Amino acid sequence: MTKYTLDEVNDMYVDVLKEIGNVGSGNAATAIANMVGTRIDMKVPNVKLMDVGKLGSAIGPEEETVIGIFLEVSHDIDGSMMFLLDLESGHYLADKLLMKENVVHEQMEVFDEMELSALKEVGNIITASYLSALASMTNLTILPSVPYICVDMAAAILSVPAIEFGLVGDRALLIETEICADVAIRGYFILMPEQESYYKILSALGLSL
Amino acid sequence: MGNIIKVGMADLNVCKAPDGLTTLGLGSCIGLTLYDPVTKIGGMVHYMLPDSTKVSNNSNKAKFADTGIEELLKKVIAAGASKTRLVAKIAGGAKMFEVSGLSDVGNIGARNAEAAKKILKEKGIRLVAEDTGLNYGRTVELHCDTGEFLIKSVGKPIKTI
Repeated sequence: MTKYTLDEVNDMYVDVLKEIGNVGSGNAATAIANMVGTRIDMKVPNVKLMDVGKLGSAIGPEEETVIGIFLEVSHDIDGSMMFLLDLESGHYLADKLLMKENVVHEQMEVFDEMELSALKEVGNIITASYLSALASMTNLTILPSVPYICVDMAAAILSVPAIEFGLVGDRALLIETEICADVAIRGYFILMPEQESYYKILSALGLSL
Repeated sequence: MGNIIKVGMADLNVCKAPDGLTTLGLGSCIGLTLYDPVTKIGGMVHYMLPDSTKVSNNSNKAKFADTGIEELLKKVIAAGASKTRLVAKIAGGAKMFEVSGLSDVGNIGARNAEAAKKILKEKGIRLVAEDTGLNYGRTVELHCDTGEFLIKSVGKPIKTI
């Protein structure tokens, strides 16, 4: 039964994955609130199960520059995880973290070293709080690696999770979340457990396969 | 220049001058083109993985280098291209994240590029130009009227190979 893939997923599993997404991004939102020191509201995340080939255009135009933060997870669950953020939200969070105020950013402005490292930290906090929600729901130990960052075309960044999902099937799972602070922060989570780990997550949640 | 036809991820298509083909935001995937300069027929495949035999769920031919190139070759020949005149160009295969170690994520781009070279050699098709590897995304365009292969990246000038 370890052959389980997203291709055979049914509605009940989608609901479970949605719930993980919900709790995970709720945790992440609280973490962002603590980080930037403002009250924030989070919308119910939107979970999309889609054809792998469509992942490149799933969050907007393929060539739009976005920020991707990638890390590997290990221990009870092996796999990787990605968090994507649009440029405006990235500048907002980096400025908040670096305590820069009222900075006006040009549309395609690039990030300097300090900002990139602040964004890595943002990614670290957000993904760690997401993973800790997953860990406490499943009673599994999940250890994240250091985060890696890339600012490039959306489709190019999304080719990384697309390939990971492509190794086991033809479908990918994307969790879209919107957080409203002074500006609307639009972010996306992609969790890519290895095949064996899917089984572990779902059975830890009491779902027989 | 006629219409530019879009090729998605794990997708392929064939066209004839004055039209062209494009695929947007190649990361670790490869955009491979086959072009016959006499009939001006060209084809493009945007594959994701090097080897279909290593994956159990492999029904989508354009997802893999081996089955994707094979299928593209059939299609350009069916459209009227001559196999002996075909030339190939490739782009993509980047390492988007500086992941340490030898995990799949770290080296899949390089393996995708190697797969193209091996398969083209087996089929006796000349690889005349490539722009692969490094750490950035690429949008590519094949212009069938000239055979030119354009590469666009964020913050870099357009490159023609």
